Amino acid sequence: MAEGRAERLVAGVRAYRLVAGMWVRSTMAYRASFAMTTFGNFAATFLDFVAIMLMFSRVDALGGWPLPEVAFLYGLSATSFGLADLVIGSMDRLGRRVRDGTLDTLLVRPAPVLAQMAADRFALRRLGRVTQGGLVLGWALARVDIGWTVDRVLLMPVMVVSGCGIFCAVFVAGGAFQFVAQDAAEVQNAFTYGGTTLLQYPPTVFAKELVRGVTFVLPLAFVNWLPASYVLGRPYPLGLPEWTAFTPPLVAVACCALAGLAWRAGLRSYRSTGS
Amino acid sequence: MADVVAGDGFIALERVEKVFEVRRKTGFLKRERREVRAVDALSFTVARGEMVGYIGPNGAGKSTTIKMLTGILTPSGGRLRVAGIDPARERSRLAHRIGVVFGQRTTLWWDLPLIDSYRLAHRMYRIPDARFRQNLDRLVELLELGALLDVPVRQLSLGQRMRGDIAAALLHDPDVLYLDEPTIGLDVVSKAKVREFLKEVNAERGTTVLLTTHDLQDIEQLCSRVMVIDHGRLVYDGSLAGLHEAGESERTLVVDLERELPPVEVPSARVVRVEGPRQWLAFPAGQSAAPLVAHLAARYPLVDLSVREPDIEAVIARMYAEKAVS
Repeated sequence: MAEGRAERLVAGVRAYRLVAGMWVRSTMAYRASFAMTTFGNFAATFLDFVAIMLMFSRVDALGGWPLPEVAFLYGLSATSFGLADLVIGSMDRLGRRVRDGTLDTLLVRPAPVLAQMAADRFALRRLGRVTQGGLVLGWALARVDIGWTVDRVLLMPVMVVSGCGIFCAVFVAGGAFQFVAQDAAEVQNAFTYGGTTLLQYPPTVFAKELVRGVTFVLPLAFVNWLPASYVLGRPYPLGLPEWTAFTPPLVAVACCALAGLAWRAGLRSYRSTGS
Repeated sequence: MADVVAGDGFIALERVEKVFEVRRKTGFLKRERREVRAVDALSFTVARGEMVGYIGPNGAGKSTTIKMLTGILTPSGGRLRVAGIDPARERSRLAHRIGVVFGQRTTLWWDLPLIDSYRLAHRMYRIPDARFRQNLDRLVELLELGALLDVPVRQLSLGQRMRGDIAAALLHDPDVLYLDEPTIGLDVVSKAKVREFLKEVNAERGTTVLLTTHDLQDIEQLCSRVMVIDHGRLVYDGSLAGLHEAGESERTLVVDLERELPPVEVPSARVVRVEGPRQWLAFPAGQSAAPLVAHLAARYPLVDLSVREPDIEAVIARMYAEKAVS
């Protein structure tokens, strides 16, 4: 069984690379368009951050967090989300593929459907968002006053990778939901794009119920709020214990496992009911 | 009943069922659930190397059957084997053994040259290099794709794209080829090319072909066997001639005479319509038109003539009318 699973993973990664490569070549057929959309992607996300800077021209702190620290949250959220969006961002097209019947063409190929779907419309222009997130994060790191210790340094890449994993799980779960509700792409967007925007602000500006939901129901707080609180030496949202700052990898693995189960259930339901 | 699934059928179905639950809005927030039996206790076998036409009116259960045979849909009941594989359980393994062409959906990459789609298949299906080269060369030759390989798929005509799709479905040497409306929307020349090619593949490689179509000529020229499905059940399984007999279908001979004449008189045909010098004669579809034409040419001043084939819906409809009466 374990062997079969490893085999499927290898097959999935291989199929993903093949399909993503085809999409990259497809976009390169229109080079000018590619350059413009990449820049557009960068500019649109950059405006996001400009909005936050504008706010800070009026106030000194948001929910008690000064600009560099908010930028730190912003950079972490945007980078993790940007990576997830780059890797698996077209899951919201699943509903459309179910409706127009093109999902069937993926099902007759000798490769896992999840991998083919994840690579669908793979677009390097999404690097624009990652770049922008990385730049803001770099700027924040230069401005915040952090007492760097080994664990804090190590936590940085762990945060980005786990955050990416958590967002990937949200994308996959959203895709799985579209097997049942084919017009739910917008619902999914609310959780993915909406989620990353939420995380760009400190938890202290939101109502407690919302923070609770984002911690225990849809665990987005583990992307940056909890580990960033540790790095910055800030009080934890909801008065959670300190060790929770180191749980993002576990949370990411658990989320991915759950999303994987949801995906299997969704695909099974599609194959038993059709469109 | 013999155990067909364990038998020698290359494609074998034993009392296969597919039941869908359809939810219909009956009011604000109220929904009615209804079960639809798309495929109902369907049993048949297809031998290796056979070429079978699978026809029926829209919504009869044709695509549902094909989807179960390709592993897209899981049957609700019954047993099903293709090349010894249970399609629903081993979808990926089956994918290496089958080729699928959806007439109205291309699997080719829209913005890339045709050859790129084939290179993807090469790697995705893990086709050995030598085998790939050999198959590609042969398919390019037979389907006349040479000049099209470097053309982006979006620039191909419908007929060219269909040929491209068929080649893509055969690169990995599948044992079974499913074709869903392979000639839909094609012009006469393209249709002839596709049919010619399918005959050759079947003869050369012994590929088993299952073909759904609305065009009776596809079947006439390709398939020795026809299966008709309606309301999820097999209502006919046999030769095309037998189907015409069962449906008492008629072909129409349209003759243009030199001048207006009273209805012509010929044995085994009847005049169904007269319009100026043009007359329409109906004759049994199983019968050859040649003696009829010879008879007419000997006795009447003929200018032109053409033969019209009965369409599938009419044949099936008449079959049902017969059944209802008897």
